[in-house]
Amino acid sequence: MYKLKISDHLILLTGVFFMVAPVVLTFMTSTHDAIAIYKGGVQFLPGDKFLENYETVLFQAGGFTQEVNGFVMLKNSMILGFGFAIGKIVISMLAAYAIVYFRFPFASVCFWIIFATLLLPLEVRILPSYEIVQSLGMVNTYSGLIVPLIASATGTFFFRQFFMSVPDELLEAARIDGAGPWKFFKDILVPLSKTMIAAIFIIMFVFGWNQYLWPTLITTDESLFTLVRGIKQILQVWVGAQIPAFNEAMALAILAMLPPVLIVVIFQSWFVKGLVESDK
Amino acid sequence: MATITLDTVRKVYAGDVEAVKGVSIDIADSEFIVLVGPSGCGKSTLLRMIAGLEDITTGEIKIGDRLVNKVDPADRDIAMVFQNYALYPHMSVYNNLAYGLKNRGMAKEEIDRRVKEAARILEIGDYLERRPRALSGGQRQRVAMGRAIVREPAAFLFDEPLSNLDAKLRVQMRVEIKRLQQSLGTTSVYVTHDQLEAMTLADRLVVLNGGNIEQIGAPIEVYDKPASTFVASFIGSPAMNLLNVKADGDGLSLENGAGLSGSNAKGKDSYIVGIRPEHLQVVDGPSSGDGVNLEVSVDVLEPVGAESFVYASFPDGGPEIVVRVSSHARHEPGEKMHLHADAKDVHFFDSSTGRRID
Repeated sequence: MYKLKISDHLILLTGVFFMVAPVVLTFMTSTHDAIAIYKGGVQFLPGDKFLENYETVLFQAGGFTQEVNGFVMLKNSMILGFGFAIGKIVISMLAAYAIVYFRFPFASVCFWIIFATLLLPLEVRILPSYEIVQSLGMVNTYSGLIVPLIASATGTFFFRQFFMSVPDELLEAARIDGAGPWKFFKDILVPLSKTMIAAIFIIMFVFGWNQYLWPTLITTDESLFTLVRGIKQILQVWVGAQIPAFNEAMALAILAMLPPVLIVVIFQSWFVKGLVESDK
Repeated sequence: MATITLDTVRKVYAGDVEAVKGVSIDIADSEFIVLVGPSGCGKSTLLRMIAGLEDITTGEIKIGDRLVNKVDPADRDIAMVFQNYALYPHMSVYNNLAYGLKNRGMAKEEIDRRVKEAARILEIGDYLERRPRALSGGQRQRVAMGRAIVREPAAFLFDEPLSNLDAKLRVQMRVEIKRLQQSLGTTSVYVTHDQLEAMTLADRLVVLNGGNIEQIGAPIEVYDKPASTFVASFIGSPAMNLLNVKADGDGLSLENGAGLSGSNAKGKDSYIVGIRPEHLQVVDGPSSGDGVNLEVSVDVLEPVGAESFVYASFPDGGPEIVVRVSSHARHEPGEKMHLHADAKDVHFFDSSTGRRID
């Protein structure tokens, strides 16, 4: 057996330090008041303003219009995260199903075209996308926030690979058992893909949650702001000689981190299960 | 229960690969037909065409009186057992059996009755709530059979169902399949590459080679009178000894001139002569009896228990000869051996076409 050496521990500890230290600092800083931070910079020790700061960012209306609080932003982020992940899973599963199981002309060309869009991230097509969404009147709506993002080459690719690994005999047995295309998809393929769906859900939820550029463009109405973009908003409201609310920004950042962490922790066992036991 | 009629069925894949070249078979009601042949002979393709999983390029397939060329697999009234069982991994055994019936809109009570009945016949009643993953190979095999039985179809189609099992279980399931088919009386088409399975299960064998039928007949008929050298070497284990011989006036001689004597009864210049290992008798000295006489030297003795096989060769090369001897016979490598086969046990085949000459 391989014996752990001190150098191994050093490498691991360095990694842990670089990953965890910023989070700890953010949390510590978020428990101080703005003045302390403005005077002393980032804080290494816990302060006494924990409840106060978090209560403020969660429930006190802020922003330019004084209409939005952290709780509303949390809700918006949830809607974006879930809509984004579920939408991507539905769309990419259906696309992969069509590509793998139906013989239509240029199927593999279609797949490679979808796959090639991996090279064209949102940032590249952001102006035309905005123009389309805008002309459809979808600016400042949840659907405008979510729908343009749900086509997923990555998801389609993963589901395609998974479907191709499902033995053909299963499809043939189902055909003989009188299951049409829809029944086969619903009764057999979807249940078989459970762990795959869970894995993609984790990735996509976090990805959706962390969206910044698109929500910034498409939501000008503060009541639709997501957490990730709201953090910046707090720092922007500098009225007169007011000290920037670094404490609140930090608290909001911590809040923004929590749900993805929770999702990963909750789904982790599924994720591992999916890797360990083969259900095919 | 129904007859199945195949009329000059052909299958051509893209790129002009002809997998099945005009096959006609009449399968009687309740008959157990085994399609046997080496891999790539078209037997699975043929079965899948009967099932409706492959299109038929030309020709007709009828189940009962109904032409099914364009009928969906689900509507052909057939059930199929796959090599890897193809059980639905996420469903319990019960639901695996019931799925096909549910899709047909059958009443819950009737489904339950049929599943319970099939479970009783196959002795899988104890595992009905388990997932296929939790079953052994033999149990999965039974579930796969159960899924076919519950449908009460006109025909069972088996696609090498036993090849994933270990040797002992295979023999056991083979007997069980036979028993089941006899008691249900359902027309069955069974594909295998294992000649022993084919011999033991079949009412009639269909030996396929390169997309063509080499011979159709009862197993013992095929064994006793193989229609070609291909059938002769494929059916029977160890395979039949095949020797290229030249006619030498009224006598016969091996192509390299050595060690064979016999009479040229068929009046041709050259033959392939076939002799089964069990028809060669070890005799004390050079024999001149009617039939074929060989002189060989022993290479290897292979005891298998109830009998032994001697692998021998001619002094100056030529084909290897297999002889069945009693299990207690002693033969040392290098030992000279005189063999005799009676004329009635010698098969003659045309040396160019390989077809049987009677």
